[in-house]
Amino acid sequence: MKYVALVYYQEQLINAMSDQEWHDLNQECITGVERLNAQGNYLAGQALQPIETATTVRVRDGETLISDGPFAETKEQLAGFYLLEAHDLNEALQLASRIPPARLGSIEVRPVRELPPKAEPKKESGEQP
Amino acid sequence: MSTESSALDSLYRIYSRRVQATLIRLLGDFELAEEAMQDAFVAAVQQWPVNGEPDNPQAWLIRTGYHRGVDQIRQRSTARRRAHMLLPIEEALEIDDAAIEDDSLRLLFTCCHPSLSIEARIALTLREMCGLTTEQVASALLMKPTTLAQRIVRAKRKIRDAHIPYTVPAQKELPERLADVLQVIYLVFNEGYSSSMGTAVVDISLAREALRLGAELARLLPRGEVFGLMALMLLNNARRDARQNSAGELMTLEAQDRRLWHQEEIASGIEWLEQALALTPLGYYTLQASIAAVHSQAGSADKTDWARIVRLYDALCRRFPSPILTLNHAVAIAMNGAPETGLKLLDDIAHHPQISRYHLFHAAKADLLRRQGQHEAARSAYQQALQLATQAPEKRFLISRLAELENSLQKK
Repeated sequence: MKYVALVYYQEQLINAMSDQEWHDLNQECITGVERLNAQGNYLAGQALQPIETATTVRVRDGETLISDGPFAETKEQLAGFYLLEAHDLNEALQLASRIPPARLGSIEVRPVRELPPKAEPKKESGEQP
Repeated sequence: MSTESSALDSLYRIYSRRVQATLIRLLGDFELAEEAMQDAFVAAVQQWPVNGEPDNPQAWLIRTGYHRGVDQIRQRSTARRRAHMLLPIEEALEIDDAAIEDDSLRLLFTCCHPSLSIEARIALTLREMCGLTTEQVASALLMKPTTLAQRIVRAKRKIRDAHIPYTVPAQKELPERLADVLQVIYLVFNEGYSSSMGTAVVDISLAREALRLGAELARLLPRGEVFGLMALMLLNNARRDARQNSAGELMTLEAQDRRLWHQEEIASGIEWLEQALALTPLGYYTLQASIAAVHSQAGSADKTDWARIVRLYDALCRRFPSPILTLNHAVAIAMNGAPETGLKLLDDIAHHPQISRYHLFHAAKADLLRRQGQHEAARSAYQQALQLATQAPEKRFLISRLAELENSLQKK
């Protein structure tokens, strides 16, 4: 079962950190990923640049709209994500609780949704025996 | 006909919860398990009068339900991918009593999973563990059945889609997760305890359901805190008839007619408490029950052993710091002959966000000030409490206290 752990925190908190604190946090995250990897729970993940680097794309009536942001009125900003392999929600929550920024902000754990199988294209098939 | 349906009723009462708890595990789906369980009972009503009741009715019901469930899964094309997850029939139906007991615990821990909203946990627990119908749960919680049904459907969907496991937590997680379960049971109890204060008369006693759940949990998982919760609920429940006078007015512990306390429930509460106290470390509910026991054993309010209550609140506040406990601690200190220390402690927490808008804080402060003879200050605290109180009986109580104060102020 795959889960995504979305990491949120207030960027102000990070901005207020000393260089040493920021360095330590990053190192701790690296060690955490190594551990997840060794346990076979880590599928993918990425930390993100701050929210001011974000751009939003929308397509409306065939027209692509690009804008700065998002700057929604949320207290915490998305800072990164993990794609985890876990047996069930209990294991996923336990893994998420060890992601270092859980102490600073919050981790949203969501099961992935598998898309339905691709529809067969409509054509004559000659594969039948 | 009526004998048949009453036979079904009694069968249902005895076996339905356990059969369903096991079918949820075997079939891996709440809804499907419920349908299968219903089907099994229909089959029982048709077959047992003809073929006789089987030797092990519970195993028969589980087996029949499981077969029906498996048929259902095979028929549903969308569910076909789940079919491979099913246990082979022979393995699934090796039913022993211990496994079935565990299924009740699994169900309880799943219904009380912290990833569900607390409202959903309460609704699910009442629906699945207590075997109440959606309508009964809705009326007991003073909700519309449609709203409640939606809440339950959403919770079951989350259990399925997020893979909330159908398990009893591992030893390491157990204390925390057990605390979640106990919280749900206590909330159910308090819901019943306080709703009996209102005007609504419901035929489902949530307090009784909570006591039943607690007793069941104590049997399946005999831990100190479970005993402690049972003790606390029984000791509180013993006072139910004294909480209001005949005019429907709220009676404080001090003003209650202690002859109305149910002594047999107090005795039973004390027995549970003794069992809880034998198991350390003492937890939250055990300490709260110890305090309730001191009150229960005092023949009259002025014989209350406040020194002991202060010590118990000391222990509680150290282990589980919270402004609400500090509030109670302060009152106990004041009642134990140190009103100034109590009032000082109240002032220390007055600005806490959980406290400043809590009507009972202002009411407690008003009461201490009144006892101190500071009537002007007491009046303004009562007024603040009155502004914040929402329930009619509490408002009436505060209004009558204010009126008493006005009287004594005029007499001066």
